[in-house]
Amino acid sequence: MTKPEHRDIGFTLNGEEIRFSGTGTERLLDVLRYRLGLPGTKEGCGEGECGACTVHLDGVPVNSCLILVGQVRNRRVDTVESVAPEALVELHTSGATQCGACTPGVVMTARFVIDHPGLLERASVRQLMAGNLCRCTGYDGIIEGIAEALRQEETSP
Amino acid sequence: MKRREGLAKLMGREAYVDDLTVADCLWGATVRSSCARGRIREVRFGEGFDWGEFVVVDHRDLPGENVIALIETDQPVLAAEAVRHVHEAVVLLAHADRDLLRRAVEAVEVVVEEEPPIFDFRQPPEPAQIQHGNDNVFKELKIEKGDVDKALAKAPVVVEGVFTTGAQEHVYLETQGMLAWVEDGVVTVKGSMQCPYYVQKALKLALGREDHEVRVVQAPTGGGFGGKEEFPSGIALHAALLALKAGKPVKLIYERGEDMVATTKRHPSWIRHRTAVDTKGRLLAQDIEVVLDAGAYATLSSVVLSRAVIHAAGPYHCENVRIRGRAVLTNAVPFGAFRGFGAPQSLFACERQMDRIASELTLDPVRIRRRNLIRDGEETATGQVITDGTDRLKVLDRALELSSFQHKRRAYLDFNDTHPYLRRGVGLATFLHGAGFTGSGEVYLASEVHVAGLADGKVEVRTANTEMGQGTQTVFTQLVTDRLGLKAEDVVIAEPDTARVPDSGPTVASRTTMVVGGLIEKACDDLRRRLGLGNEERGEVLTAALALWHRQHPGEELLGTAHYEPPDGIHWDDANYRGEAYGAFAWATYVAAVEVDLRTYTARVLDFVAVQEIGKVLHEVLARGQIQGGVVQGIGWALLEDFRFKDGAMANGQLTNYIIPTSDDVPPIRVAFLENPYAHGAQGAKGIGELPMDGPAPAIVNAVAAATGADPCTIPLTPERMMSVLEAREVAR
Repeated sequence: MTKPEHRDIGFTLNGEEIRFSGTGTERLLDVLRYRLGLPGTKEGCGEGECGACTVHLDGVPVNSCLILVGQVRNRRVDTVESVAPEALVELHTSGATQCGACTPGVVMTARFVIDHPGLLERASVRQLMAGNLCRCTGYDGIIEGIAEALRQEETSP
Repeated sequence: MKRREGLAKLMGREAYVDDLTVADCLWGATVRSSCARGRIREVRFGEGFDWGEFVVVDHRDLPGENVIALIETDQPVLAAEAVRHVHEAVVLLAHADRDLLRRAVEAVEVVVEEEPPIFDFRQPPEPAQIQHGNDNVFKELKIEKGDVDKALAKAPVVVEGVFTTGAQEHVYLETQGMLAWVEDGVVTVKGSMQCPYYVQKALKLALGREDHEVRVVQAPTGGGFGGKEEFPSGIALHAALLALKAGKPVKLIYERGEDMVATTKRHPSWIRHRTAVDTKGRLLAQDIEVVLDAGAYATLSSVVLSRAVIHAAGPYHCENVRIRGRAVLTNAVPFGAFRGFGAPQSLFACERQMDRIASELTLDPVRIRRRNLIRDGEETATGQVITDGTDRLKVLDRALELSSFQHKRRAYLDFNDTHPYLRRGVGLATFLHGAGFTGSGEVYLASEVHVAGLADGKVEVRTANTEMGQGTQTVFTQLVTDRLGLKAEDVVIAEPDTARVPDSGPTVASRTTMVVGGLIEKACDDLRRRLGLGNEERGEVLTAALALWHRQHPGEELLGTAHYEPPDGIHWDDANYRGEAYGAFAWATYVAAVEVDLRTYTARVLDFVAVQEIGKVLHEVLARGQIQGGVVQGIGWALLEDFRFKDGAMANGQLTNYIIPTSDDVPPIRVAFLENPYAHGAQGAKGIGELPMDGPAPAIVNAVAAATGADPCTIPLTPERMMSVLEAREVAR
């Protein structure tokens, strides 16, 4: 078996241009966690069911366990490490995290919903969050935190 | 106070075991049996791999006994001659390249000469299927009070029912994982777990080491629900054996599929009730048989059975009660601890039976419960006289009021009359959950807690109790700040590390806040005593006294300590199952409103109300979160989580086809608390962790029965099962 060729793959990670040397077939999740020192993104199932590994690709939530790093060449990847603590106050207050294993993925989807309130014209917060499994909270803490953050966004200038 | 580690979790900064970076670390993996039962004839290492590059461990590498220490000593660390289930660990591998390791696991073949397995826990075993004692029964228990046979013979009405519940997978979002290394002769294991001292006990026995030669540290743990009570002992041993042989650190992290098939589950159950009642619905006799599928090894089945039988008669008073229980071996994966620990199974049967009795007598399901709910001065099945002063009728009434139970019942009758294919119903469950270890368990645990007064004026809480999402760190902090008048930032919660913290018992059985929290309060008082301060001295006075003490005792440690002492009046007869089964019970009524779609046979929960009396609510957000999370696990167990077996193996070991509830599958869970402080719990609190697992299944299935007129007695009530119970209803008509 010949070893696949390694090449440089450039992408924007949390606002910084980076270059990663690999075959391109590595899972984005593994590259983030084990190669680039960003273990905030979690693996929950490895098959795109649980959403724990959610990151933003060009601003849109994706399961990083289903994305090969070759697919993100010249694109923008944002992970939970990019989220400022001020953006998490409502989720902290409402009890959106318990064990924390689903939390980084929940945060990434939640931020997308909060930043795109127009989505709520077509779907409820419960429907929009259905791609992120949580086994601890029963979801109310998550849903209430997002609803409160949406209210804050609405009232802030 | 907000959850202490909450922001770190939200920012992805909490370092779970797989997030730890360790230099020169190998990955570990497990090779498992190829069939459910048989003799191991050979282990073949396939071609195409340089096996010399791999660290390979089997049972011959164990320095100590080949036993995972728990209640029994039947489960090997690594199978030696025989296997009892298809996922049994036989060989361990380690290598630096994880992808290569994955392929290597596939290339190792465990050749097993098959022997007759048994998969049906209800079926009496053939002689060739016997693997434990002379009947495969791990444990039998009996509770008896009054004269059940006489009461059944004389009663005007006897209602019989059989109830079955399925296995349930925990699906903690962080899979099982351990990191092991050897440092200065000490084997250290750090990972995801509920009970560091259980792991230490197992390491000592199987590695043949003393206390000081093994160290166990809990890493932040991404959910447990009982799944990380006993199972981590085995995986810790696997990681330790690989690390010992490799001379390097080894990380053993389960992938989801492996975690789902190979770890413990909730026990499947078969429960039969024969209930004697008078025409007004008063209980005259309860004759109950509880059978649990224990799987291949004994694990904790004997104590799961214990909790199951003690809860089987429900929160009711009845003069004549007989409960017989047994836990039976099969060649399935061993079943083990899961939130509720046997009580959800037996309370599902009990509460479904109450509705069936009401239906038989054309009584209101509320009225039959009101008539039989235990009152102060009356006895439970084990003869425990309830004297806690809780108004259990008020718990029931609050739930009815919050859920608009009677209004919904009337409105749904009209709805069902007119809608072509949707049927709505509302159902309830009244129940109890005993907090803390059963019977004399807490006495045997003899928990110890330390509160250290540090030179910088801070106070450090040292316990072995673990944060796995339920809020231990926050509640412990709050107990200390309230007791000592300190700020939260002046309270340090020690990492659970057997080298530093005393054995304050396992983090299980809804005991951490109530029992260990109470010990923390006592240890705070002891700390004050050692400083020469009275119990009213708080805050800055304490901080100043700490600074002074450390100036006078340089280099010394100041510890406030506390040991468990049973409250007065607790007596338990383990031989006859009589006495005070638990120091305290939490009491609850849950109400579910459900809609059944007759086209698709799916049931959807429209509304859920959970009312409980839990002594004292220490932290509103955390307590509510425990209830909501438990209820949603209960909804999953009742309707969605269909664990499929094929020859003793989980056939649907993926989140693609083992379905747990999403946010869109459940309504908001409406929670209310009533408080009646418990004298022996921290600030009056009783345990609540497991309680919410008990009520959802019976409330939901009772609601389905009310909606459709069918008689479902099996969960999960999947569309396939719904179809068959609705067809059975048509036949009955």
